[in-house]
Amino acid sequence: MSARESAVRIGLVYPELLGTYGDRGNAVVLVERCRWRGIPAELIEVRADEPIPDSLDVYLFGGGEDDPQLMAANGMVASRDAIVRAHAGGAVVLAVCAGFQLVGHRYEAADGTLLEGIGLIDMVTRPGPDRLIGEVVLEPSASAHWGAAGPPPRLTGFENHGGRTTLGPDVEPLGRVIAGGGNGDGTGADGALAERFVGTYLHGPVLPRNPGLADRLLAWVIAPTGGRLPELASPLEESLRAERLRFASAGSLRSWWQARRLARG
Amino acid sequence: MSRGSVRTRIAVGAGRVAGIASRLTGRGQGATISGRVMNLIAPDLLAELAADQQVVLVSATNGKTTTTRLLVAALEADGRPLVSNSTGANLTSGIAPTLASARRPGTAVLEVDERVLPRVVDPLAAELLVLGNLSRDQLDRYGEVHAVADRWREVAESHPDLAVVANASDPHVVWAADPARVTWVALGLRWRQDAATCPSCGALLDWSADRFDCRTCDFAQPDAPHRLTDDGVVIDGRTVALDLSLPGAWNRYNAALAIVAATTHFGIDPAAAAAAMAAVRTVAGRFMRIALGDGRDATVILAKNPAGWTEALRHVAEHPGTGVVITVNAHVADGKDPSWLWDVPYECLAGHPTAAAGERHRDVAVRLRYAEVEHVVEPDPIVAARALTSDDVTIIASYTQFSALYRKHR
Repeated sequence: MSARESAVRIGLVYPELLGTYGDRGNAVVLVERCRWRGIPAELIEVRADEPIPDSLDVYLFGGGEDDPQLMAANGMVASRDAIVRAHAGGAVVLAVCAGFQLVGHRYEAADGTLLEGIGLIDMVTRPGPDRLIGEVVLEPSASAHWGAAGPPPRLTGFENHGGRTTLGPDVEPLGRVIAGGGNGDGTGADGALAERFVGTYLHGPVLPRNPGLADRLLAWVIAPTGGRLPELASPLEESLRAERLRFASAGSLRSWWQARRLARG
Repeated sequence: MSRGSVRTRIAVGAGRVAGIASRLTGRGQGATISGRVMNLIAPDLLAELAADQQVVLVSATNGKTTTTRLLVAALEADGRPLVSNSTGANLTSGIAPTLASARRPGTAVLEVDERVLPRVVDPLAAELLVLGNLSRDQLDRYGEVHAVADRWREVAESHPDLAVVANASDPHVVWAADPARVTWVALGLRWRQDAATCPSCGALLDWSADRFDCRTCDFAQPDAPHRLTDDGVVIDGRTVALDLSLPGAWNRYNAALAIVAATTHFGIDPAAAAAAMAAVRTVAGRFMRIALGDGRDATVILAKNPAGWTEALRHVAEHPGTGVVITVNAHVADGKDPSWLWDVPYECLAGHPTAAAGERHRDVAVRLRYAEVEHVVEPDPIVAARALTSDDVTIIASYTQFSALYRKHR
């Protein structure tokens, strides 16, 4: 691991628009898990009337309601070049729920409104017949994108969305849905995984509930050549994760029905 | 008593039996089951029961139970016969037994769930709506805030002569109430995380002057003849001091809203209304004191959503050293998704002896860890309160945690 000259810049994009489901939590977790390891980090909020800069190390796009999502889409598309440039230059992107929908080519809202996305990931989202609401468990994809540490352990979260997302042929999903809905397009997958990119419908928020995922995002920033982060004990987070996994397996009959319903379309 | 059709009287009787059965078997306080039975037998029941009542409906995301209680205090002091759903049963099933309990024509002051409000305005022939605030609450089952505001607005559009007392500082409430005959009161809005965009056109709202103004269309905060200040509530230029027994800044909003309703709609003297409200100490268990069994008492505060939690935390943060128990469940009535924990600034508890409790104590503990608030972890809120060494303890509880404490300690 090479010593960084400056603090890790964790960017929380448009918190007043894309912050409906506790999305600030993902930023707080990344900042604190750096600091607790002695790595300086700062939380940078990009307000909704500001351009998104190309100088951040992590870009967090969170969940939002319909009107705020429309405003966020306008801003993200206006700053598309900065985001794409930063990502190509080594920055990490975590896109959740509404934010996930907007990193694709386009998003069609339930009322038919068509929003242009930034096209960072080859995917499109259409409205579904109903909202997918509830606890989710994912088995993360076994992908080279995770780096030396390999995939994180099973992920848990909560989803609440009406969109159905279809990934392009060369895009890997974040994981396979063990319980819940996920992308809801009949593939049994949730989210998307690419180089230094994670997209997902798990809010929760997802990083406090999955410290293993948080640390893989940080490793992409701090140890881009494949090194590992210093160990950080997370007994409270692991206790929560274990309890949520038990809860989901107790509800497996319920999710089996949900999966059948989705498969029938 | 002559209260409507034979069918209605049978329905009321059957409902009362169900309610008594529910209380006797310890299943609940009886209002909801009793109302369900009544509505099942006589679907036109609400209209018949409300026929001889002047109906006032109070709704908001936060504060509807307390605002209702405070308005009732002012009207009772004025000597009016009235009924009110004082246990907080605010669905149609809770409203019917309340109306059925009226023994003579009078006033019915009813707290109504935000989503139920549009359905009951016509059957009850409501003559006044009192509308406080709208913010995110149990998104997994209520849906998004603007959808609730849109349903309210349809009511106002179809009833342009309906009297409304409404908070001028909340953009969703203003959007919803504006087409009706509104008396505005400016209460201020501290929770603005659901008020970033214009409810009318979707553009960003400008809050720079501490009031909202759309940057694109003509939607803006209306000028209000009445407002809440640090000194009290100003009604048509006259300041009435608020000397409440109820704690917290949020109860000053509730009181200001209730005083404006009592004054402008019922012609009650504002000072007399304020005096009646000052005597209210607890509201359906909110702010009750529980003996911890070791010589100390704990105060119980209900917090249901990020706006409510933020106000409750501001209140305890004003009392340095107070012990705080954060006790959270995630049942249907709490919202099954506790992601809102990350919207709430628990960082302000640093320095307070703090405990994580409730069925979701693990979620609370993780949140407190990242807020860098030292805490003990103990699922039972009373055991957790005993474990804190402070002289004073405040238990802030989600809905079903609060209900369980209220049932056990009332």
